[in-house]
Amino acid sequence: MTNATQPLGPARSLAISQEASASRRRAHIRRILFGTLRAALLVLVMVIFLFPIVWMALAAFQSHIDIISPAWGFEPTMRNFEKVFEEYNFLQYMWNSFLVATFSTLLSLLLGLPAAYAIARFHYDWLGVVLLAARIVPGITFLVPWYILFSRTGLNGTYAALILSHMIVSMPFIVWVMVPFFEGLPLEVEESARIDGASMLGTFVRIALPLAIPAIMTATIMSFIFSWNNFMFSLVLAGDDTRTLPVAIFNFITYASVDWGGLMAAATIITLPVLVITIFMQRYVVSGLTAGAVKG
Amino acid sequence: MSTLQATQSRVRRPGYRRRLHRLGFILPAVAFVAIMMAFPIAYNGWLSFHEWTGSARRAPQYVGTENYTELFTESERFFPAVKRTFLFSTVVVAVEMVLGIGIALLLRNAFPGHTVIKTLILLPMVATPVAISMAWLLMLEPTIGVFNKMLRDIGMTPQPFLGSQSQALWVLMVVDIWQWTPMMAMITLAGLLSLPDDPYEAALVDGASSLQSFFHITLPLLVPTLLTAVLLRSIEALKTFDIIYTMTRGGPGFATETLNTLTYVRAFEYFRLGQASALLVVFFAIVLGISVIFIQMRRTVSARQAI
Repeated sequence: MTNATQPLGPARSLAISQEASASRRRAHIRRILFGTLRAALLVLVMVIFLFPIVWMALAAFQSHIDIISPAWGFEPTMRNFEKVFEEYNFLQYMWNSFLVATFSTLLSLLLGLPAAYAIARFHYDWLGVVLLAARIVPGITFLVPWYILFSRTGLNGTYAALILSHMIVSMPFIVWVMVPFFEGLPLEVEESARIDGASMLGTFVRIALPLAIPAIMTATIMSFIFSWNNFMFSLVLAGDDTRTLPVAIFNFITYASVDWGGLMAAATIITLPVLVITIFMQRYVVSGLTAGAVKG
Repeated sequence: MSTLQATQSRVRRPGYRRRLHRLGFILPAVAFVAIMMAFPIAYNGWLSFHEWTGSARRAPQYVGTENYTELFTESERFFPAVKRTFLFSTVVVAVEMVLGIGIALLLRNAFPGHTVIKTLILLPMVATPVAISMAWLLMLEPTIGVFNKMLRDIGMTPQPFLGSQSQALWVLMVVDIWQWTPMMAMITLAGLLSLPDDPYEAALVDGASSLQSFFHITLPLLVPTLLTAVLLRSIEALKTFDIIYTMTRGGPGFATETLNTLTYVRAFEYFRLGQASALLVVFFAIVLGISVIFIQMRRTVSARQAI
């Protein structure tokens, strides 16, 4: 404190500016060190998270000899992919998966969108709670009764059984994504449409739905992915002709000796559409996965 | 009909019709929920007091609470499965949360390639779980798998991984952590980006270090988000089925059997549907109980922060 009262000589002010630049340099070095550390950690994180997927894709292009050999190098081949389509009837399973995912998503939207709108606008809170419960209840709880119900009605092994079962995941999810979105839409537009004589349904279809397209995209994409990836419901309810991809792949490893190349080719084929969707629709996937977790 | 009544009914009619219209919005969804959700849950409750193999010729036999007493007196599979379910869920959710926060902090400030990384990190959780399990099975294969290849290359002993009763459950936890850490990171990141700037500016003025501002500002403000993330993840972790069933089927022995795989095996491999229903009721109660605890916790925290 006493220093401050003394007039500063030229030597002293020089010392101060030297000290300041030294501390600035230290801060600069620290920032570079910190940046490098962060970059290194990020690279490590990415390697860990991508390695299994890359490894799967690489093995899909390897011959059986290359997979089981202790050496690292390999000669790329398309044989595994040819085999998967020719010998294992994969086109049929892909078609099944696609059909079930598409219809369960569309039907879930058809039921879920009006329900979400009604929960947001007309305050059917109890329905919201019930649908939240559907997300909490273990899926296997439904499976035993469904199995019995579908057996009795002759629906076991049909597309209808698969589509209905996948909807138990999609429909509540769609409502979960859409309710906060509809709640956030300004009421004024809808009210003025009502005053102009639009019906309740007309307002919903012509005003609310077009405004909700981004959220509907999220709901649609996620619901498709959930159905495409679904394993447990399909494992129990699918028949030989309606088997979806995850179940088809699982049946691979029940053979005595595993055909690793074919298995990895199949795994790559089933993962590819989801990866492509995610890469091109990143924004929607993120908002779907984090839906409801962050307030506001 | 008197004029008064006519006017009344005309006045009442629009309200009644509007209610009918409103009901029209939810009716299809309610019907679906009743048939596909409410009925199964009620049926499970009913079936848990019966013994049945699913045969059409032999109807379910009423056995009272026998299925439950059998469950709680049999110590070989039920209690170990409960213990394993809790161990598995606790470990994976805890590790995923810590790693997720770390990754979210790394991604907090934008840098070149930010979006690419944020996209690629989503892949483990969107990739088809069964496909992912198969990839891990190949990597973990004791003789040809890449992990043992690496271990041999650096001169260490190869490990049995999923073939070992003591390692299998932990290996499955690693797979789950690999799969779901990105989820925690994404949720935490979204939470981080929605935090206000003012507390940080105040902390900067007061000369707080970055470590101090993390523990005294960031973490407390993130608690509601983290609790929700932990709730969502815990519910899913308790129900983990795909990776466990496809990679080990609950084995070797029963070393990786959880409530979900045990129930599946009882129902669809042994066809002991009454027993499976009793298990389901218990499983259901556990998951519901834990959800209620978390939701209550989050409500308390939000209320405290609002004051």
